[in-house]
Order: sequence, then C-alpha cells, then structure tokens
Amino acid sequence: MKRRKMDLSEAPTNFAKGVDDRFQAATPLRGLLNKVFPDHWSFLLGEIALFSFIVLLLSGVFLTLFFDPSMKEVAYNGSYLGLRGVEMSAAYESSLHLSFEVRGGLFMRQMHHWAALLFMASIIVHMARIFFTGAFRKPREINWVIGVVLFLLGFFAGFTGYSLPDDGLSGTGLRIASAIMLTIPVIGTWLSAAVFGGEFPGELIIGRFYIAHVLLIPGLLLALIAAHLGIVFKQKHTQWPGPLRTNENVVGERMFPRYAMKQGGFFMAVFGVIALMAGVFQINPIWLFGPYRAAEVSSASQPDFYVMFMDGLVRLMPNWQIYIFDYSIPPMFWPAVVGLGALFTLPMAYPWLEARKLKDKRTHHLLERPRDNPERVGIGMMSLTFFLVATLSGANDVIADKFHISLNAMTWAGRIGLVLLPPLAYYIAVRICLGLQQHDRQVLAHGVETGIIKRLPNGQFVEIHQPLGPVDDHGHPVPLEYAGWVVPKKMNRIGALAPAIKGFFYPVEKPADIPVSPAVGGPAKREEIKSGS
Amino acid sequence: MTSDTPARRRARVFSRRRGAPSRVRRRLGAAARMFAALALAGGVYTAFTPGAFAEDNVPLSAAAQEGKALYDTSCITCHGRDGQGVQGRGPSLIGVGSASVEFQVGTGRMPMTRQEAQAEQKPPQFDETQTEQLGQYIQELGGGPELPKGELVENLETNPDALAEGGKLFRINCTSCHGFGGGGGALSSGKFAPGLHDATAEQIYAAMLTGPQNMPVFGDNQLTPDQKKQIITYIQVQLQEDKDPGGLFNLGRYGPSTEGMAIFLVGITLLVFTSLWIAGKS
Repeated sequence: MKRRKMDLSEAPTNFAKGVDDRFQAATPLRGLLNKVFPDHWSFLLGEIALFSFIVLLLSGVFLTLFFDPSMKEVAYNGSYLGLRGVEMSAAYESSLHLSFEVRGGLFMRQMHHWAALLFMASIIVHMARIFFTGAFRKPREINWVIGVVLFLLGFFAGFTGYSLPDDGLSGTGLRIASAIMLTIPVIGTWLSAAVFGGEFPGELIIGRFYIAHVLLIPGLLLALIAAHLGIVFKQKHTQWPGPLRTNENVVGERMFPRYAMKQGGFFMAVFGVIALMAGVFQINPIWLFGPYRAAEVSSASQPDFYVMFMDGLVRLMPNWQIYIFDYSIPPMFWPAVVGLGALFTLPMAYPWLEARKLKDKRTHHLLERPRDNPERVGIGMMSLTFFLVATLSGANDVIADKFHISLNAMTWAGRIGLVLLPPLAYYIAVRICLGLQQHDRQVLAHGVETGIIKRLPNGQFVEIHQPLGPVDDHGHPVPLEYAGWVVPKKMNRIGALAPAIKGFFYPVEKPADIPVSPAVGGPAKREEIKSGS
Repeated sequence: MTSDTPARRRARVFSRRRGAPSRVRRRLGAAARMFAALALAGGVYTAFTPGAFAEDNVPLSAAAQEGKALYDTSCITCHGRDGQGVQGRGPSLIGVGSASVEFQVGTGRMPMTRQEAQAEQKPPQFDETQTEQLGQYIQELGGGPELPKGELVENLETNPDALAEGGKLFRINCTSCHGFGGGGGALSSGKFAPGLHDATAEQIYAAMLTGPQNMPVFGDNQLTPDQKKQIITYIQVQLQEDKDPGGLFNLGRYGPSTEGMAIFLVGITLLVFTSLWIAGKS
C-alpha cells in the first residue's frame, strides 16, 4: 500500500487557509492578534481578579453538583462523628456530605472560598492602582463606575455564598442582614418579610439566595466583566509616560504571542496560588459551627473580610436612637444602610468631581505618577485608612483577645481613629508626595549626586553632581523639564556605574568588572591616611 | 354565805387550782417554753451545722496541714487568715472547694501577679502534690465542690454518640465566649474567655464546676456530670487533637478575620511578586 506523502510543515498553513476561505477571519484576526498592550507589573493586578473569577466559576459549578439548597430538616447520618444524629437543614447536610464524603469536595469548597477572597482582595488592590495613577480619568470614567459596581456585586455574591451552607456562622450573618433590613424606616419590616418570606429565618431564604448566588449575581458579574474588558479593549489600555510614549500611541507587546503567553502563564500562577492556599490553609470549617440555631452565637462571629468594614462601622456606632413621633430610627441604620450607600456612590462620582475641581476636560491615555497629584493620593489614602480602621474594628474582638487589649478600649480607639486617622493620612500622604516632587525637580535642576566629595582650594567641601542634560558656559546644568516619569537618581541608572545584574531570584549573567574611576586610580594606589608626624 | 366544811375546803382548793393561773405563773411558764424551744432549735442547728467552733476543734489532716503551711506563706496576703478573705484584695475561700484550687493553682492563675481584670494563665507555681495539699486544706476549711474520681473523657468506642452530644452542648453553652473553635474570645473591659487548646480534662471539669474568673458556674443541676464529660470529650477529641481535614494550618480558627489576613499576606503577596516577575521578563 502506498502512503501519500504529507508535508507536516505545510499542515498549519493549509488549515488556516481552509478556515479563512470559509469564514474570512484573517483580516479581523490580524488586527486582534497584533493589538498592543503596554507592559507593567501593576497592570496585572486586575487580571488576578479576572482569573480568580474563572476559578470561582469552575469550582462553583462543581459545588452545585452536590449541594442541596433546601431547608428541610434532616438528621445527620454521615461519616463525621461530631454531628451524628443532630437535626439540621438539608443544605447543611449536603455541605457536610460535600466536605467529608465527596472525593476532592472539601478541596473544591476551600478553593471556591479562597478564590472568592482573592477575587475581592485583588479588586481592592486593582482599584487602588487605578485610583492612584489617575487611570479613571476621561475617557475611562464609566469603566471606573463598572469597577465599583463589580466590587458591590462581589460583596453580595460573597455574602449569599457565605449564607448557603446554613451553618451557625452563616445563620448569624443572615440574622444581622435581616436586622439591617429592619432598620430602614417605613419599608424595613416589609423588606425583611419579602426577602425571608415572612419572619426570620423562614424556610425560603436558602433557596432564594441559591438562585441569587449561582445565577443572578454571577450572570451580572459576567456581563459587567465582559463590558469592563470590552471597554478596556476599545479605549486601549493606559500606559506610563516615558520615552516614545505619548497620549496618542500605545507602546508595548503584541497580543500574540508574547502578551497571550504571559497572560496564560499568569492565569496558571493565579490558579496555582489558589490551589496552594486551598490545600494548605483550612477555611470556614463549617462542621465546627453546627447547624444554625438562633440561640447559638459564637464569639468571633465575623463576615468575610470584604464585608467586615460594614460590621466594624456597626460596632463603632454609638447607641443613638432617634424617635420621630411613634417611629424610631435605630442607630444601626446609619452605618449599615446610609454608610454602605455613601461608600459606594461617592467613589462612583469621584472621576467627575475631580475633573470639575481641576477644570480638566482633556482625554488622558497617559498615567500620572501618584506624586504628581498629591491631593488625589491624599484622598485615596484617607479612604483606605477609613476602610482599614473600619475593617479592623470588624475584627476588634479577636484583636482585643489575641493582643490582650480591652475590648472597650478597642471600640473607642476605633471611634477616635475613624475620625482622626483619615485626615492624618491625607496630610502625611500629601507631604510625602510634595517631598518626592521636590526631590525630582532638584535632581533635574542640579544633577545626580555622585558621592564624590571635592575639596576646594579654600578648604570648602562640595559634592559633585552629574548633570542629566547639557550644561551652560559656566558648567552649570541647564534645568530640565519634568516629563512625568521616573527621574534617574543614582549613577548606575545613567550608565555611569555597572548596570544592575539581571535576574529575579538569582543572577542570570556574570557581573561585569567594576569600573575603576581614573581619579582615584584603583584600590591598590590608595594610600593610608596618617595623622601628624 | 360560806361554810367551812372539809369538802368545801377541798373544793375551794381544787377550784382555785383549776381556775386561771396567776400572772407570775403564766409568765414563768411562757419563759420556760420559750427557753425549751430555743434550746431545741439551737440544739438541732448546732447538731446539723458545723460551726466555727466545731471546725476549730476538728484537727486538720496531715495533707491539709502541709497545705495550710503553703497557704500561710503564699495566699494569706490576699485571702486572709483561715481563708476569710480581705476586703478589696481577695475573696473568701470558705466553700470554694478543692476543685477551685485544682483549677486556679493548677493552671498557674493563682497566686496572681497583680490585681487586674482577670488572672492570666502562667506556669504553675506549685507542683501537683502541693496543689493537692492546698486543695485539701481549703476543702477541710469550708467544704465545697470536688472533682469526681475516675475517667473524665467518654470512651467513644462504647459510647459513640457522646461526641455529637458534647458538640451540641458545647455550642449551646460554651461557644458564645470560647468560640466555635475553642480559641477563646474577648469579654468586656479586658476580661476574656481563654483558649481551650491546652486545657486538661480535670481543668475543664473544675472550671465548669466552680466558675473561675468571669466564667459562670455550671453546677450539676445545669449540666449533669455525664454532660460535662461529653463536653470534655468534644473539646479534647474534636478541638484539641485537631484531626480536622482542610489543610496543614487552621489559622487559629478565629473565623474570617485570620482568613482575610491570610489572603493578603499569602495570596496577594505571592501574586504581586509573580506579576513583578512576569512584567520583568520583557
């Protein structure tokens, strides 16, 4: 039998040609694959959120195969001795079954939970990067708003997921959610009754939260993430200012192959870190919490960290009850409803507020170094400090216990800190930014400090500065314009000394010989300085 | 008209006897009855209640005498002579029982370093024999709860339901202060519920029985001795031996606060370094 000779090297070409003949994909694909993305480590923070969302979807699908969102009372009969014979809801029973009997079930549950925490944590870090570099400015305001909404959706996705196993901790969280709804004037009672289908806890809430958690919120998240990325794609990614980079171009790497490979690798890294944490650190040991009973509330009952700021604000709120005729507004209304509303609407409005303040209507594709806008950094640090104090106050009982501080002192420290620390953070951040600005201008005007001290004939010592640009007739540097990018401040940055050795974990090249300054003449020629005689 | 016949004289004497007693006699009689009643009541009381006098007369056992010697050098400053207590310094120890001594001295909480919201646990200042002697002394001084003899942990092979029962009781009675994982928790104004991870069965039993520091007493009518043993079984088998699945580290089981810390310290840190690494490869 004679085999037809086939040229393997021609195969991809033939295949691609076949596809293009049928779908005319070459022209749009060329544009897509050649699209350029700027490269900087801080641009990868948002990807952590995207990749952990993918892990969330994958692990979440696995969990739905075994979870039973029902509040029907059953007696536990599984392999975990510590709850044998205890009456519990089918939701809790199936979560225990998932953890103890399903192969790999506990690992998947822990992966899902760690991925959720990583999703929210990376959103916070990504958001801080966007804010401090001014990436939210025109034309990207809408994408900033979408980002804030994504955090809010993640907040609710996390809370509904935390409630699903119907264990002691999630029931306590639901109880607080119901209390928050009840504080809303006029509609509170109706709202709570509508959500829980009557009095708390009722028999419907797990089923309702289940649909919200597996369908409604992920659907919205998916749609908004798609919109978020689509807008980035359309408006192009921002880039740092620098040589050859302008407001009109994008300097970076093509989508294919470099950028796609890097992103693929980074996805694997994110997946790996989540899997590592899921395998190494226990998270949410629901079997210890027991089934939810309204009478059982453990100490250190906290929400996950991204909800903790709200818990902290509630803990710090003084007991100020307002009576209006027959109605009352409970103190919890202010931090939990008004506070949450303000904490999400104010950031959404920030891009327009800042543009209005600065009368800035231009389009920005170049990022701004944080130091170049001290007020923005101040406001950002103020918000982060507020968030941090509120979050730590959400865990103030654990902190009080483990660091041997009085819980009352922690509460008062939180109250005072919430008022005093944010303005302090603003002041310190603004001063640091101004100081860094000044140092940049100083180096641009006078040059880099060389570390060489010269003694003048009159006995005066001066340090020699290496000018960064041309000098005038007297040898003084001509002051340079600040370009909005890193100013070299060390001699090795301008090539005067040996460049830093390449390699991240270990040197990948041989260190160059240390150049010897002709003025000194090398170590051998140095003479010992003696005193007197 | 009276006639002095013997019969009438008899009758008169008789009638006077049968008539209302004189005032003096009435008072004497009342006093005698009162005295008898008091003597009876007092006698019964003395007979059934060991009074201070009675105690003084009972000689201390040898162990208690050793205990008293220790007491008089180490405890007397705050708890006073014969465990009567000192106002503003230390409570009376009459009736606290040897179980209390086992817990307070056995965990090093007593002698106390200084007056504060709550005595801290520290290395015990007395060895086991000395603690027993002190306990014996306090027991003989005023009675009170004692640790039962015998095994305090249920055998799960013969009684497999004890673990789940203990868990149920633990969640109802203990978690509100000690936490789901038994890691301890804060109370108001510097008080706290300590972690249970290094508590022995005897210490847990003694704590439930005597309610040390800020802990309420769980007497035998609230939690029967069997229920106490079930709780101890749950703490020792489930929480202390840490056989739980779910990774190498349980992050102290303080709930979501340490988990939130871990995601930033481990997850975000690792990935920021990874992104520095990836972006550096250009």
